[in-house]
Amino acid sequence: MGCDEWRGKLDLYVDGELAAAEASALRAHLNGCAGCAADALDRVQLKRSVQMAGRRYEPSAQLREQIQNTIAKTVAKSGSKKPHPAGGLGWQILFVPALVALIFTLGVNFYVGRERAARERVYSELADLHVATLASGTPVDVVSSDKHTVKPWFQGRIPFTFNLPELQGSEFTLVGGRVTYLEQTAGAQLIYQVRKHEISVFIFPERAKEMPSLPEGPVNALSFTTASWTQNGLRYFVVGDASAADITALSKLLRDAG
Amino acid sequence: MRVSADRPSASSFEDLALPLFDQLYNFARWLTQDTAEAEDLVQETYTKALRGFRSFQAGTNFRAWMYRILRNSFLSSRTGLKTTVALDSEEHEDSLPAENATPESLLLAQADREMVQATVSELPVHFREILLLCEVEEMSYQEIAETLAIPAGTVMSRLFRARKALRGLLQQKLKGGRRGL
Repeated sequence: MGCDEWRGKLDLYVDGELAAAEASALRAHLNGCAGCAADALDRVQLKRSVQMAGRRYEPSAQLREQIQNTIAKTVAKSGSKKPHPAGGLGWQILFVPALVALIFTLGVNFYVGRERAARERVYSELADLHVATLASGTPVDVVSSDKHTVKPWFQGRIPFTFNLPELQGSEFTLVGGRVTYLEQTAGAQLIYQVRKHEISVFIFPERAKEMPSLPEGPVNALSFTTASWTQNGLRYFVVGDASAADITALSKLLRDAG
Repeated sequence: MRVSADRPSASSFEDLALPLFDQLYNFARWLTQDTAEAEDLVQETYTKALRGFRSFQAGTNFRAWMYRILRNSFLSSRTGLKTTVALDSEEHEDSLPAENATPESLLLAQADREMVQATVSELPVHFREILLLCEVEEMSYQEIAETLAIPAGTVMSRLFRARKALRGLLQQKLKGGRRGL
């Protein structure tokens, strides 16, 4: 497939609408084609700009109250929300546990739904960062395979420090690192290579309240394999198109070093 | 957000619809470009959705359903009616600036948030809404197709043209800014 055909699929790719096999083939093409990679970066940048610019307006508390009142009145009129109190104590004994169970179920569902949405948002943001970095002409700001060069480079650039593993005897090589941001928090992005696959390792200070809990992994998200864990007050995210075994192996090396 | 195939009860409306409140307002405000109109539009959307909730087809996408009500209400409003001309002429060539053949990543990277906001506001409403649904609401093409009641193929082509128009306007502004220095 030529560059023109690949470029015709770039919008689908950045929108996450491309089938996994085709997305993987496109990624392979981007790794070897600077022109298409620059085009992909341009599209990711535009998408992220609109995403940030679009979250612009917040409703007033008064409007929220009005809407809640409208719903409450309608539900009360229909009589479906609160059944008319009738009958004796026996009915209440049956009704109260049912109501408690219903509230609990709705609460759990709402919580699970919100968690899932937050998790998807983080996955998608990390995947964007990973793709944008690889598509960039200068993917890393500190280019070195020596952890003793890469780690000190972050001093003064991010508000925490971390340990990196020795890679002798493993298939992984360190390509370099750069400062990155997730949910307005500065962190480190390290690029590792295993065979022809590039893997991003993101490290951020743990902010349990703001960041959703992610499964330790490896899991598949947006056709990438990811892993995540918390260690010594830091959140680690590993994202790449490498196999689950590679992601697990790199995660283990990082955990042992941390 | 898909509602189970059971018939939805009135009491579940609140649990489904209230979490969408902030997003719906943001979308309404972008469509109307006016605070008071956006508030009226959101209020109208919830009132209509409440009335129609019993006829809501369970098992289909609730979020797309709410956005569709909001959008239809907007299109039948005074401000919205003015936009129908733009919608009707969708298949014709736009008089918007053409996209540069070469991507200008470095140039676009200079566009700050305010400039992007101002430029999105200047886009015709059918471009503005599809960009917001895709980028801000992070809807899939299928969800957008359900919301706008258009085929998935049209979602792709309209999105492509919306991005092209946005990029063209941004490049124009950035080049104008550089010339003015």
